Amino acid sequence: MTATTTSPTNALRSPAQGATLAAVDLACRRGNRLLFRGVNLELRPGEAIWLRGHNGCGKTSLLRLVVGLSVPESGRVLWAGAPIGESNSFAHERVYIGHANAMKDDLTVIESLRFLARIHGRDSGVDALHAALQRVGLEGRRDAIVRTLSQGQRRRAALARLALEHTATLWVLDEPYDALDAEGIGRVDALLLEHLARGGSVLLTSHSSPGGGAPPMTEFDLGRFN
Amino acid sequence: MKGTLRWTTFAAPSRFYALAGALNPWLWALAVLLALAGLYVGFLVAPTDATQGDSYRIIFIHVPAAWMSMVLYVAMAFWAAVGWMLNARMASMLARALAPTGALFTFLALWTGSFWGKPAWGTWWVWDARLTSELILLFLYLGYIALVSSIDDVVRGDKAGAVLAIVGVINVPIIYFSVRWWNTLHQGATISMTAAPKMAHTMLLAMLLMTLAFWAYAFAVVFTRAQALALERERDTDWVRALATKR
Amino acid sequence: MSSAFAAVYARDLRLALRRRVEALLPVVFFVVAVSLFPLGVGPEPQTLRQIAAGVVWVCALLASMLSVASLYAQDFNDGSLEQMMISGHAGTVIAAAKASAHWTVTGAPLVVAAPLIGLLLDVTSQSLLTLVLSLLLGTPILSLLGGMGAALTIGLRGAGVLLILLILPLSIPALIFGAGAVAAVDSGVSAAGHFSLLGALLIVTALVAPPATGLALRIALE
Repeated sequence: MTATTTSPTNALRSPAQGATLAAVDLACRRGNRLLFRGVNLELRPGEAIWLRGHNGCGKTSLLRLVVGLSVPESGRVLWAGAPIGESNSFAHERVYIGHANAMKDDLTVIESLRFLARIHGRDSGVDALHAALQRVGLEGRRDAIVRTLSQGQRRRAALARLALEHTATLWVLDEPYDALDAEGIGRVDALLLEHLARGGSVLLTSHSSPGGGAPPMTEFDLGRFN
Repeated sequence: MKGTLRWTTFAAPSRFYALAGALNPWLWALAVLLALAGLYVGFLVAPTDATQGDSYRIIFIHVPAAWMSMVLYVAMAFWAAVGWMLNARMASMLARALAPTGALFTFLALWTGSFWGKPAWGTWWVWDARLTSELILLFLYLGYIALVSSIDDVVRGDKAGAVLAIVGVINVPIIYFSVRWWNTLHQGATISMTAAPKMAHTMLLAMLLMTLAFWAYAFAVVFTRAQALALERERDTDWVRALATKR
Repeated sequence: MSSAFAAVYARDLRLALRRRVEALLPVVFFVVAVSLFPLGVGPEPQTLRQIAAGVVWVCALLASMLSVASLYAQDFNDGSLEQMMISGHAGTVIAAAKASAHWTVTGAPLVVAAPLIGLLLDVTSQSLLTLVLSLLLGTPILSLLGGMGAALTIGLRGAGVLLILLILPLSIPALIFGAGAVAAVDSGVSAAGHFSLLGALLIVTALVAPPATGLALRIALE
């Protein structure tokens, strides 16, 4: 199994092994101008990249391109050597947590989490969800309506999905540390370390430098591609 | 090789701009001449109708306008689809440029249709099946224009417009059929030519001239509008800057 | 795939139940709007009976359109739509689930309310049955078309009115066949033709609208 063929051989690869994400010559358009161009990025199993850059340089746009929500102006994104548009395993092997929490205001924390787990094909059983909420420190608030939670608690609820992951998938996180207190940051870092140890990969943005408890990350400055 | 080159040659906004600029004066001239000829034949040369007298002459504007309104809608949907599927900016701009002219012809068809029906029915509006379908077509045009102008991001606007236009084109036959059904069920009014089975040659000539005139006019206006759109969208490119500094 | 449909459908129903009053507003609008006609046209039973089918249908159309405008707004704003669209499930499935949920929450109650409205307008019981059946076939069409309109107008200013302008022309065939069925029954003719056309329209819409909606959703998120 190689990572350089362009045929969809990903069906043969076991999820435990992880795959490489590659962005080749990526360019992003915003309105009438190019936000960035010529971005080349490679993320191998077990690696973490901290995407940094000044406000407005396109960090969120790059994440959305990598994840497949937007189409690049030029260039392409490859997962295990195949373009993500043609890959039938990419959706399942990738977890995207955007800036917005995707929690429904009118549902309880556990109901919101269960919905996300279900549509992403993850274990949505009560035990799994309880365990996940415990990992992010929300086990006491699992039946609370999301609207009643603080910003930090909602962020933790959004990140609880990460605790449902047990395989070497790709995590794309937009400002995961946002609104979290020190304890919350510690919990997220623990999840990241575990994930990288089992061969998963992480691509995240953060406007502040990841703290001491965070796993080692390669810095990628998007600002130099503007 | 040369064959493939020609298909996409004018997909580049700069080349389209140049082509349109070269053709427009001729198109305008053609439109004016054909219109004058058509109106002359239609209003002065063609014979008086046996049953409708002279008021029927409005059909020389009404029928070509109605045809244009339908043709332009299909063209609009076609170019919007091409622009979306082939990622061709100029095609999307062409679709946007077609819409206002299509709406104008639809309105013209409705207005002249009203004039046509007045002597026959005594009212300014009749729910004739074809007129009603034209009215709905006007709504479809207005909907498209409203949608693409509400979306700030031009690429999203182009694509959303394409979806709407394609769905509209599929719906037009359904709408037309249902309106005809509705009209016959309720014994609605019909405006039509009750002239002799064989239309006088001059009448056909007038129709043809007016249709061609409208075609030429439509090309000229749509090209001009598309040129304006190209200038606006491509304002940061070299060829537009060169044009601006030349003046 | 079917589990994605079930997940989205169940979630939307649960959300509607948490906001019961808001979910019933379209039905209230429906009743109020229909009641305006006797006030505007005069209470003469003859006239009311004649215009009843058309009035009920148009008001159902408007009630449906008004409530569908925000079908994707919340999901778009809180990031749920993004998650649904990258889950690997086809946009068609998501769209079908949302439209079905909309019909269950708004369309079906309109169908249930229709007989009461019919009584207000002095519709005969035979016409009433036809009216209810025509709405039963027609309201899903409205939910499907409305969902497409909602997807095209996500995040736009004045999206509600724009949606009505976009979708009303496309709903006219359903209106014609639906209200026409009642008119047919009223004049003693069978409405079978109308119902088969309405049924065909429902099938065509169910096949075309969800994929178109899925595309529109992807376009809105790009």
